[in-house]
Amino acid sequence: MQRIGVFVCWCGSNIAGTVDVKAVAEALKFEPGVVHSTDYQYMCSQAGQNLIKDAIKEHNLTGIVVCSCSPRMHEATFRKTAQSAGINPYMVEIANIREQCSWVHKDMAIGTEKAIILGKAAVAKVNLNAPLTPGESPVTKRALVIGGGIAGIQTALDIADAGFEVDIVEKKPTIGGKMAQLDKTFPTLDCAACILTPKMVDVAQHEKIRIFSYSEVESVKGFVGNFNVTIKKHARYVKEDLCTGCGACVEKCPQKKVANEFNLNMDNRHAIYIPFAQAVPKVATIDPSACTMLKTGKCGVCSKICAAGAIDYTQKDEYIEEKYGAIVVATGFNPISLEKFDEYAYSQSKDVITSLEFERLTNAAGPTAGKLLRPSDGKHPHKIVFVQCVGSRCSAGAEKGKEYCSKICCMYTAKHAMLVRDKYPDTEVYVFYIDVRTPGKNFDEFYRRAVEEYGVHYIKGMVGKVTPEGEVLKVQGSDLINNKQINIDADLVVLAAAIEPDKSARPLATKLTASMDTNDFFTEAHPKLRPVESPTAGVFLSGACQGPKDIPETVSQAGAAAAKVIGLLAKDKLLGNPCVARSNELLCNGCSNCEKVCPYGAITYIDKDFRMPDRTTRTRRIAQVNPAVCQGCGACTVTCPSGAMDLNGFTNGQIMAEVDAICK
Amino acid sequence: MQKITTDALVQKAVELLNNNTVSYVLGWKKGEFDYDITPYVFKDEKTLKEEFIYSDFCGVNLSKYLVAKTKELAGKILVFLKPCDTYSFNQLLTEHRFNREKVYAIGIPCEGMLDIDKIKLNLEGISSIVETKEGVKVNTLDDKTIELEKQAILLEKCKNCKSKKHYAYDELLGEEGDVLDNNRFDEVAKLESMTAEERFEFWQSQLSKCIRCNACRDACPACTCEKCVFDNPNSGIENKSPANSFEEKLFHIIRAFHVAGRCTDCGECSRACPQNIPLHLLNRKFIKDINEHYGEFQAGLEVGQRGPLVSYTTEDVEPSDVFNKGE
Repeated sequence: MQRIGVFVCWCGSNIAGTVDVKAVAEALKFEPGVVHSTDYQYMCSQAGQNLIKDAIKEHNLTGIVVCSCSPRMHEATFRKTAQSAGINPYMVEIANIREQCSWVHKDMAIGTEKAIILGKAAVAKVNLNAPLTPGESPVTKRALVIGGGIAGIQTALDIADAGFEVDIVEKKPTIGGKMAQLDKTFPTLDCAACILTPKMVDVAQHEKIRIFSYSEVESVKGFVGNFNVTIKKHARYVKEDLCTGCGACVEKCPQKKVANEFNLNMDNRHAIYIPFAQAVPKVATIDPSACTMLKTGKCGVCSKICAAGAIDYTQKDEYIEEKYGAIVVATGFNPISLEKFDEYAYSQSKDVITSLEFERLTNAAGPTAGKLLRPSDGKHPHKIVFVQCVGSRCSAGAEKGKEYCSKICCMYTAKHAMLVRDKYPDTEVYVFYIDVRTPGKNFDEFYRRAVEEYGVHYIKGMVGKVTPEGEVLKVQGSDLINNKQINIDADLVVLAAAIEPDKSARPLATKLTASMDTNDFFTEAHPKLRPVESPTAGVFLSGACQGPKDIPETVSQAGAAAAKVIGLLAKDKLLGNPCVARSNELLCNGCSNCEKVCPYGAITYIDKDFRMPDRTTRTRRIAQVNPAVCQGCGACTVTCPSGAMDLNGFTNGQIMAEVDAICK
Repeated sequence: MQKITTDALVQKAVELLNNNTVSYVLGWKKGEFDYDITPYVFKDEKTLKEEFIYSDFCGVNLSKYLVAKTKELAGKILVFLKPCDTYSFNQLLTEHRFNREKVYAIGIPCEGMLDIDKIKLNLEGISSIVETKEGVKVNTLDDKTIELEKQAILLEKCKNCKSKKHYAYDELLGEEGDVLDNNRFDEVAKLESMTAEERFEFWQSQLSKCIRCNACRDACPACTCEKCVFDNPNSGIENKSPANSFEEKLFHIIRAFHVAGRCTDCGECSRACPQNIPLHLLNRKFIKDINEHYGEFQAGLEVGQRGPLVSYTTEDVEPSDVFNKGE
């Protein structure tokens, strides 16, 4: 028989406000096994913990029930308290009478009744608790970073600098991500390439970092400290180790009418290509959908021209298996498709462009060599209208767009407006906005400079319609401050399209069993206190995959994710969770259903000899759980048709006892 | 009238016994009356010739007996499988419940099996039952004779026969049939269309007949646990007599959940039930739901088959959709 102590916490007025804590302590005194029951203002305080420790000694307690907040908050606290007083930490149960009781009830009588029932359930469970000891598992001291944009680059560099090996998987032929496409960066206006490319080179040169470019994560198995990842390396038809990146093949390639995605299809590239001059790795890639040789077997120019003999038309996709201790997701973002925003005439006129396209048009390495020219006729635009919040901050239930603020648009639009006025003072610039949001160091000063020093016309209001008419774009908008309609004949309209998570994120989340919100942003383990960890142990978040972010924020989050990874990889062993499944071999039928549902591959089958009651020996097939691999999800216990599988700490018996206590 | 004769089966069994292909024959044994036939393990030619029978009353699915017999007996066992029995045979193999190497399976045709309880509804004191072309001729002790049409006296499980095709055998006797179009879910649909109160009333009246004899469990080929929870003193629910109507219901509902996704719809539960409770309808409801939620699935079509309840795909139905459908 257990000797159980019950400790009811007031949590100040959080619990005591709607639950009569004294009545709860009094009622639970008479439950089976309870030898001591008391209440206290703050059980988690030093004094409260001492109260528990003293009671353990005084009453020789073998089990503890703390009626308090969610076990997510203080289960670990009270387990440590019990352990320091000589009780196995798994003899502690928490009855959540705050989040699941006092906070959801207003009536004291109802709240108190429910708190007593929850307490009874916890007591019933502790009566069946058994001491548990966690096992250990080793840590593979290598990290995987998925995504090679600035977030992935910074995370990889920080982890590698701490001495751990890092692999970056990037689906494009080069790392660099969106930042490589940008022209200048706010609020200091230094050139994106000038600050990004040194980091890309650092990555390439770092002896601890490997880059798998043009690759994707195919499958993820295992668990924190021991992930087994299969990486699919797409055939680029160029041997990476031989290619020198000289570019001779690109120059000679006769197929030169392929839309150049790096310049957002505003110019063309060749079928064999290097995305941009500072690409890392600086290796050519053949686009199989455009290459004449791959499509018809007739051409082979690049192969003939390549002095290094790097071209290999027979290359196949390659699968690489690697072990990792930690995984960082840095899959980034994309502007949304503007298909549904026809009022801005994006699909009707070449001169209605997105802000990212605008970046390429002002970039020295872009399609116009940095001269701001209209895509339609190559003329210099003299009147430019910027429209903010295109697809951002849309009302809930709207058919198009996102509910959230894309966060970066206010700042980059101010940057664009300022750069235009600086380079081409003869150009008039209008910005239509709902609000200007500039919280960030030197951000508001930056925006005010655009208005005050550079004379950008900021108009509070939205654009209703853009109509291409001859060479001009008729922009109809409203000025909410002066309460009037505005008509502008613009030469160029720039849309600040909302940003959304990369499409690859959703299937990746499934592979990682990491959770996502309704917008497909990865969810963090705690929105305030654990912002760079996913709820899945060993999976960390970096950059815009978790929510819209600018570069400084992304870089700080990337560093934070790296710090978490380093903290994990620095450990030689991880203490496992002792709440793992176990198979009762006397009940096991050997049916294999548990093995089929186990997501971690923790279950194997063996043939074992059993002495039967009639003194014969029978060989039976039985399940065995590897406790180091089992994560205690419980899928096997519900699948097992014979009740042979049970979960330590959450046995069927314990759960039934809780249910019985609640229903009694 | 079964298409294949008892003699043909005995001849085959004797041949396999004598050439040492098998050491035992799992089949059906004659009883006191024409209809009380029991499963039996034959060991020699003499008993086979005298007592083996294959008639319209051989409804028993022999697959389940292999679980115990392959472990008890040292040699190879010949088993006769009707088409619907082969599903159970495969499902048991999928779950590693017996060693395939120890079994020689012969597929035999089946024309539907009869329900003695339905015959007894028409008259009492049966002395003999003779198969005729249309059905049976029943003679009684007081020299009465009555002719009954087969369709009216078929076992529940045979009324909506799902298949005349065998999915497992080493050898096939007689002609192979086809998977049949059947209306086996019609009755389930009828139950689904009831109001919750009507449905409760229906099951209450049916399940309250239960005497907890465990015949359904003992006959069910999916119920082959080493230790059944209802026999396990540690389970806390062992061998409860039906103390109240709530417990009877729970017994059957627990069993239906237990075999969900593994039940081949062989109908043995309803055949074995001495109280004539249509237990197969509970299982069919699960099968129908599984078909609707995860796509058509028939347990026991092949060995190693992975049922929808033990596999996951991203297209799987969301729990909320299932919940909403239940409302």
